[in-house]
Amino acid sequence: MAIKQLTVFVPNRKGTIVAVTDILAKNSINIRALSIAETEDFGILRLIVNDEKAAEKVLNDQGYLIKVVDIVGVKIGDEPGKLTAALDVLDKADINVEYLYAFMARTEKHAYVVLRVEDNEAAETALTKAGFKLITAADVNKL
Amino acid sequence: MAQNYYQKEIETMSLPEMQNLQSEKLVKQVRHVYENVPYYKKLMDEKGVKPEDIKGIHDLHKLPFLTKTDLRDAYPYGLLAKPLEDCVRIQSTSGTTGRRVVAFYTQNDVDLWEDCCARAIVAAGGSSKDVCQVAYGYGLFTGGPGLNGGSHKVGCLTLPMSSGNTERQIQFMTDLNATILCCTPSYAAYIGETLKEQGYKPEDIPLKAGIFGAEPWTEEMRRSIEETLGIKAYDIYGLTETSGPGVAFECSEQTGMHINEDHFIAEIIDPDTGEVLPEGEKGELVFTALDKEAFPLLRYRTRDICVLSRKKCSCGRTLIKMAKPMGRTDDMLIIRGVNVFPSQIETVLLNEGYQPNYQIVVDRANNTDTFEVNVEMSPEQFTDKVSDVLAMEKMLANAMKTMLGINPTVHLVAPKTIARSEGKAVRVIDKRKLI
Repeated sequence: MAIKQLTVFVPNRKGTIVAVTDILAKNSINIRALSIAETEDFGILRLIVNDEKAAEKVLNDQGYLIKVVDIVGVKIGDEPGKLTAALDVLDKADINVEYLYAFMARTEKHAYVVLRVEDNEAAETALTKAGFKLITAADVNKL
Repeated sequence: MAQNYYQKEIETMSLPEMQNLQSEKLVKQVRHVYENVPYYKKLMDEKGVKPEDIKGIHDLHKLPFLTKTDLRDAYPYGLLAKPLEDCVRIQSTSGTTGRRVVAFYTQNDVDLWEDCCARAIVAAGGSSKDVCQVAYGYGLFTGGPGLNGGSHKVGCLTLPMSSGNTERQIQFMTDLNATILCCTPSYAAYIGETLKEQGYKPEDIPLKAGIFGAEPWTEEMRRSIEETLGIKAYDIYGLTETSGPGVAFECSEQTGMHINEDHFIAEIIDPDTGEVLPEGEKGELVFTALDKEAFPLLRYRTRDICVLSRKKCSCGRTLIKMAKPMGRTDDMLIIRGVNVFPSQIETVLLNEGYQPNYQIVVDRANNTDTFEVNVEMSPEQFTDKVSDVLAMEKMLANAMKTMLGINPTVHLVAPKTIARSEGKAVRVIDKRKLI
């Protein structure tokens, strides 16, 4: 069920993000979602792309430090309070969210949220049980 | 294990015999230098020492020291003791710490130097059946020419690779079944990492031994290289000023390097007072070359800090042993008043499961030293969580604080992003401008 997230370590310097996106562009890899966590010294780019295997390979070949991790994706209604409802489910199930980011679906009236948690299975079960629809890699690729 | 020696009579000579040999050579050498090197004659005259005052090794302490500054002042011919027509070779230092040192060799000097390297190769288990890959730089640097000559003397099939072009190193190593690798320890580690990346397991690598020197390395780095390459890693020591590698070499016991004391007398002195210290005490290593004709340095201060030991060695050699230098007096950094050797940082990294790929950056801000250590993390160590990376940095900083007594700022960086020459690694960037 899980979605693959590509994680890239970059120094916190001018031009490092464009260097990564440029490599992906040149290899016809489409970025579906992107989030950045940064400190004073380094940044961690989190990317959801249409072909994470190809992306991992081309970035690896360029010497980037890469890690692919499984994250949980959930579809929520595009209206106030829906994200809170989803997070509430996880909170009640005692599941800690490390980080999350959201992106809009282009055609549907939905937003997609991806969540990094310790126990993917537990999060997926809790969300499904509460009536949320999980998204898969295939859903992301259809965007 | 059966021991082989290249020159058994010398390598297993009794101490009184060795001391007689040294005394005999020293008396002759001091006269040779006094008569042929006006620069050193002047130093002796200023100290009031005449050649006839030196009757044996017990008079050695009467002679004046030579330092790296003397070598620079006397550049290029000031310490030459033979006419140039008797010389056949020069070798030179990299000149990174100031003006280059140029050393001269007669054919006899080259022969004795190569003998020293041959002793090292045999002590590492080498024989005429071996294939010896020399991946030290060739040219002005002494590493390549020295081990190349030693390998010829032993009768190994010699692969004169020089340093760099790692793909080609690996191709020759595996196609021609190299059994002994000679290079700097950082390059050995680099070759090992590359082999591992290409999917080689230690048992697939034909090497059995490595002879690594020309830069400081730790016991932990030795273990890491031995594991990756599936070999025994032996240390070798030397300086361009004293001929090159082979002044001292390790044997099967791997507990320090036997000094070729038939050619070089070693002393340990207090670096501040110049006073000779007894065996077993830590201080600056000083060498007197007994047989060198063209560039015979007497009491040359190496700036290497180490300890000598005459403890009986299981390999049967009676040559005195020097411990791995703990650092160079000029490698030592003084940060916030504390002595810091790069080798201490390396020890922490290996203990904590990191590769010894690091760079120390020292600067000064608001009249206080800043102390940063950049460390490469491996793909296995990297995680997608910022908090994990920060925690790893903090743990390393704490371990370094425990070792050094001062707190560094640790930055984890991506693999192979720290500038790494394939010869000598640049470990320290000191940006402090104190004048």
